[in-house]
Amino acid sequence: MSQDNKSYFLPGPSFWPLISSISLFLLAGGFTMMLNKVAMGKPIFIAGIISLAYLLFGWFKEVIGESVSKFYNKQVDKSFRWGMGFFIFSEVMFFFGFFGALFYARNVSVPWLADAKLLWPDFVAGWPTSGPGLTEAFTAMGPWGLPAINTLILLTSGVTLTWAHWGLMKNKRTQLKVGLALTILLGAIFLYLQMHEYAEAGFTIKTGIYGATFYMLTGFHGLHVTMGAIMLAIILFRVMKGHFNSHDHFGFEAVAWYWHFVDVVWLFLFIFVYWL
Amino acid sequence: MSTTTAAHHDDHGHDSHAHPTGLMRWVKSTNHKDIGTMYLWFSFAMFMFAGALAMGIRAELFQPGLQFVQPEVFNQLTTLHGLIMIFGAIMPAFVGLANWQVPLMIGAPDMAFPRLNNMSFWLLIPAAILLMASFFVPGGAASGGWTMYPPLSVQGGMSVDMTIFAIHILGVSSIVGSINIITTIFNMRAPGMTLMKMPMFVWTWLITAYLLIAAMPVLAGAVTMLITDRHFGTTFFNAAGGGDPVLFQHVFWFFGHPEVYIMILPAFGILSTIIPTFARKPLFGYASMVYATAAIAVLSFVVWAHHMFTTGMPVAGQLFFMYSTMLISVPTGVKVFNWLATMWKGSMTFETPMLFSVAVVFLFTIGGLTGLVCAILPVDIQLQDTYYVVAHFHYVLFSGAAMSIMGGVYYWLPKWTGHMYDEKLGKWHFWTTTIAFNVTFFPMHFTGLAGMPRRIPDYSQQFAEFNMISSVGAFALGISQLLFLYVVIKCIRGGTKATNQVWEGAHGLEWTVASPAPFHTFETPPQVK
Repeated sequence: MSQDNKSYFLPGPSFWPLISSISLFLLAGGFTMMLNKVAMGKPIFIAGIISLAYLLFGWFKEVIGESVSKFYNKQVDKSFRWGMGFFIFSEVMFFFGFFGALFYARNVSVPWLADAKLLWPDFVAGWPTSGPGLTEAFTAMGPWGLPAINTLILLTSGVTLTWAHWGLMKNKRTQLKVGLALTILLGAIFLYLQMHEYAEAGFTIKTGIYGATFYMLTGFHGLHVTMGAIMLAIILFRVMKGHFNSHDHFGFEAVAWYWHFVDVVWLFLFIFVYWL
Repeated sequence: MSTTTAAHHDDHGHDSHAHPTGLMRWVKSTNHKDIGTMYLWFSFAMFMFAGALAMGIRAELFQPGLQFVQPEVFNQLTTLHGLIMIFGAIMPAFVGLANWQVPLMIGAPDMAFPRLNNMSFWLLIPAAILLMASFFVPGGAASGGWTMYPPLSVQGGMSVDMTIFAIHILGVSSIVGSINIITTIFNMRAPGMTLMKMPMFVWTWLITAYLLIAAMPVLAGAVTMLITDRHFGTTFFNAAGGGDPVLFQHVFWFFGHPEVYIMILPAFGILSTIIPTFARKPLFGYASMVYATAAIAVLSFVVWAHHMFTTGMPVAGQLFFMYSTMLISVPTGVKVFNWLATMWKGSMTFETPMLFSVAVVFLFTIGGLTGLVCAILPVDIQLQDTYYVVAHFHYVLFSGAAMSIMGGVYYWLPKWTGHMYDEKLGKWHFWTTTIAFNVTFFPMHFTGLAGMPRRIPDYSQQFAEFNMISSVGAFALGISQLLFLYVVIKCIRGGTKATNQVWEGAHGLEWTVASPAPFHTFETPPQVK
């Protein structure tokens, strides 16, 4: 790093913050209108998605450009590390809320409903349950089929990603590319199997508290895997362009951190949602 | 992603010295001072808007019976008053002060992520629009209280969706802003500025930012479950499906109680900055202040169910939350003791910022002690949802948080504008605010103890006198804030030139730069001994 003596990079005036504000306004307003069946909702929501895509492409393009142009010194690199770390911490807390809801339902609200004989005297506590008021039959998801295979796939993807990182550290670009491509492929297989599991599932998001917690947790996890896979694809694209070297590759590391985080969330999902 | 040419960077790149003018200076800003200014003005606008809603509440409660608004409109006023004051006025004001002061205090050239900094600000605008516009959709604004408890919030109309998405956006803004502040504090300090040399305001904001990053995502999860319960058929908060409305309260208050400290810790930081200046003594017990702040932050995550003593909980849980809540008064007591010890035998003068600070120490302590009263389980069962609780949290949020912000604004205004504010008018603002505040909220202790329920537009005849006093106080409090606006504008437009140090007893890096602080400061980091 020859930039160490240069001062901290401060970007000049930027339009991206305003665009982010407009884009989230369109998304929130449009989605509200769609939920409430207001005519203009869908086009506004789509405009929001387009502006969000424009924002992400444009802003990241600018940042990557600055990085490639060596505007960032070691201190800026450290800022990115702190920033990504705390972003992942906020994501952990987001999932923590939903896991909390799952534990509450299983250990508190369902047993309470079985103890209180006022409304539903015949209700017996148990898990999985669709609750005392919804009596349709459903089949729960067992752990030792697709979910176990998916666990193996995600754990393997963590290994291939680390192998790619080793390739980057030792300047073995082919190993880096193959490792990244394998990771993305494993992520895609995971998502395909997850969609297959949803399609074959014997219950829906409306199947009481079991369906609600199942789809909320696995759904948000799937969304994060999708984002992670897109981020990995962009990193692979940048590797193809010749970006990154053995000592300057925080973009790669940030996405790798994110991927491992998604991996760990899955382990908790596998244990608490599918297995126990 | 592919075209990253050098030409592209000539206009964006390293040219941080460009001074865009006019509207674009603000819209495209990456300058912590300009962004701080925008935060502060935004928060003042929201303060006036939510204050106007409060005037509506007090007008209705001036006399028993229904005068001006229907009960459902009354509930919309209380709901939006709470939401906008918390998320639109108090929190952005603290972020604005952090934006201005943290880089100046630690000797940094700017925030760590200047563009994200501006994004955190601009995200407030759509959220504010969603909240304010929700008054005009069919069914009116959300009316289930700022806490959005189901089942009311599951049954409400379109405005509840707008409120929920506003909270999502505010959450993104807060999280991004907090990541920025933490990164700035950890990574941008001037050489020699060790953690235990940081000004107290920086310390309190560091810990507040941790609280925000830990708590806001949980709130996002809570309102996401609300959205799916409303529109996608989940049963998180519906007993028929095995869920429980009380689940929302747990998740909400797991966010909500840290939120209380998010709104008061930076205020503690402001007090710890102002009091030593005007007592002309160093802060008493600096290290214990740091540890007390951290202790409050840790404890704030294990006390949440004291908001729910009457909603159904095993006795063991009630006792746990009662004692853990009382434990918080220990580090808080340390802080109050240290402020008093700082003033002890100091060469005190009472300029407006100091008046606000001394008043906050006194009035916040009243609010803290009523909080201790509310923490006592058997007493709280009587006090839950009465005006006693309203009195309690206005003593901590108005005379704690809001009045600290005002004190901070007076304290730093000369540094921002280069002019001294009008001391005489500032003192008028202080006395009218403090007296009107107490006239408004002190009687609520009595009406609450006598059993007057909150969030109800009508009340029994026996409460008439006290409510009339409260309403008169509230109108005076509202009008006093126009004086605040006038003093600030007058100070921006001119006045006695401020020196660099501004206050005789002021210490710290921010007082070494010129007044007004130049557009760019500390481009070469200062050396801290």
